[in-house]
Amino acid sequence: MEVEQKGLEIDLGNLMAYDPHHHFPPYLPSREELAQQCLQKGTELVQAIAFDLFNLPSTEDRDGPIVTLPKPTTRLPREKRLPEPKPLTKWEAFAKAKGIRKRKKDKLVFDEQTGTWKRRYGYDHVNDDNDVPIIDAKMTDEPGEDPFAKRKADKKKRVEKQEKNRLQNLKNAAKMGSLPSHVQLAATALPITGTQSAPTKLSKNELQDIAGKAGTSTASGGKFDKKLPGEKPEKHEGKYRKFLPVVEKRGADSQERKQTERAVTIINAKKEKKQSKRSERSSSTPSKLKPNKKSHKSFKKGSSKKSSKQGKSK
Amino acid sequence: MIFSILLLLLFSLQFTMIKIRTPKSQRAKRAIEKRAPKLVETGRKTLILQGTKTSSTLNEVLTEIYHLKKENAVRYTRKNENIRPFESGGETSLEFFSLKTDCSLVVFGSHSKKRPNNLVIGRTYDHHIYDLVEVGVENFKSLESFTYDKKQAPHAGSKPFIAFIGEGFENVEELKHLKEMLLELLRGEVVENLNLAGVDRAYVCTAVSSNRVFFTHCALRLKKSGSIVPKMELVEVGPSMDLVFRRHRLPNDGLRKIAMKTAKDQAKKKEKNVSKDAVEGKVGKIYIPEQKVGATALPNKAKGVKRERREAKMKNSGNDSASKKPKTSSE
Repeated sequence: MEVEQKGLEIDLGNLMAYDPHHHFPPYLPSREELAQQCLQKGTELVQAIAFDLFNLPSTEDRDGPIVTLPKPTTRLPREKRLPEPKPLTKWEAFAKAKGIRKRKKDKLVFDEQTGTWKRRYGYDHVNDDNDVPIIDAKMTDEPGEDPFAKRKADKKKRVEKQEKNRLQNLKNAAKMGSLPSHVQLAATALPITGTQSAPTKLSKNELQDIAGKAGTSTASGGKFDKKLPGEKPEKHEGKYRKFLPVVEKRGADSQERKQTERAVTIINAKKEKKQSKRSERSSSTPSKLKPNKKSHKSFKKGSSKKSSKQGKSK
Repeated sequence: MIFSILLLLLFSLQFTMIKIRTPKSQRAKRAIEKRAPKLVETGRKTLILQGTKTSSTLNEVLTEIYHLKKENAVRYTRKNENIRPFESGGETSLEFFSLKTDCSLVVFGSHSKKRPNNLVIGRTYDHHIYDLVEVGVENFKSLESFTYDKKQAPHAGSKPFIAFIGEGFENVEELKHLKEMLLELLRGEVVENLNLAGVDRAYVCTAVSSNRVFFTHCALRLKKSGSIVPKMELVEVGPSMDLVFRRHRLPNDGLRKIAMKTAKDQAKKKEKNVSKDAVEGKVGKIYIPEQKVGATALPNKAKGVKRERREAKMKNSGNDSASKKPKTSSE
């Protein structure tokens, strides 16, 4: 950024010039005059940029002189996030720790089996399993084993192990946020049942149930498990019985009275249900003339409804 | 607790496998790598689109902006009813388009009674709206209305000179923001090497008052002068318009800090194998590479041909290498 005598700011990397000191007259001139003035001022600024630009060291090319522009000085925001440095793969970390260096490998290797030069890998490569005609038996071999099949199986295992390691490296890179741009990790679920349908996602309630089961399956019944941030406490705290306090007030407030009242209303409701059923079957005498088998207590809780159990039992 | 849940989930759900998906062709791979985030960025692609209602002037404005930025711009011509940049929910469509076209600069035009000839210029960071500036276009003069010598017309895609005039750009916050936006919009690709014979356009933006910017596009004429630096002459060619500032949205501070982070400047690569000698001048050694017997190409293996044909060729060449088959007229 050069601040010249006139007070211009020039950013050569962007070919931009800025004159912060120009005042415009408060009266608005006509449009042509304005345009003329702007062009004039513009020419001055462009001339200033050109002055700096053409004085840069240039190399001659067949199309014209080529200059290397400096980096732009105005700071502008990026459009995409900064690429993260890649974490070392498992092998790279091991090699670094051990001090193993890479060696350049030849594309062609001499194959002992066939006696020709073959590729190191790929189509028609060295040490191909199909080329081996005879495998000598060793003392450690079991009699029933097929050594050719064993070689194939070993290779398959090695390939699988390599794939697993590659996937692990990519997952690690994805965790750090530096997955290579052309690679995508897609989660595909394979149902054990063998159907083609994708498994349905568990709902919130189901997840809570499972979490509860997981908790109670621990040795302490889930009491000392660390909770994740945002995880709600258990619905059922593990207490299944509620005991009345030993010392209590007398009177209508006491919990013992409430307990017995509740039990009695439930029983009464059940009785009423039975009676109403019986009266349906044989309604000879109206219910008012029947002997009053009602309880001593007066309050009923909506016994007109069929459902007698109300409220959750804790 | 967490591990036990996971174990239970694993058994209660089904076995999940993660697949590695890579592009199957080199072309697809190159396309994806073009869109990947880079350490040093070279200019934004622009997406030009419109809302429910546009006026004729606004249409012209949008097409001319597109012509100015032909190389790195995408023009959508359909109406987009659900884009309302300044409302909280109305930006999802814009972000989706930005993701699909890989454009991080958006020019959205709309026309209404309250805001006639409205132009919203917005930037995205990581395909989410970063900041917006809304301007109204007045006194628009299109490309065709200017008369000039057509030979001096600027070529498409040339790097422009940009001139900002006026103290308004420094003192007024809104105009400062607008200046930044205009710079992003007009500058094109950030290049290292520039051919001086190819500079032929200039944009002039003047802050006429505290909310009005006069914008014009000129062609450059380079005249001979005494020194290396030619004399510049500006000829108005392109669209000229008045941009009236309406409203803007600045980025969040946190987002701004993240977006402004730059990679540390890498140290200049040392030029290898060059040394200066007082007697001989610039000296470098020529190394003859090792003759690698193992890396020589295998004979008679025309790799461009499919395998069956290759093998057939090998057999043929083994049988009759001396005799040449005469070319028939059908070949």
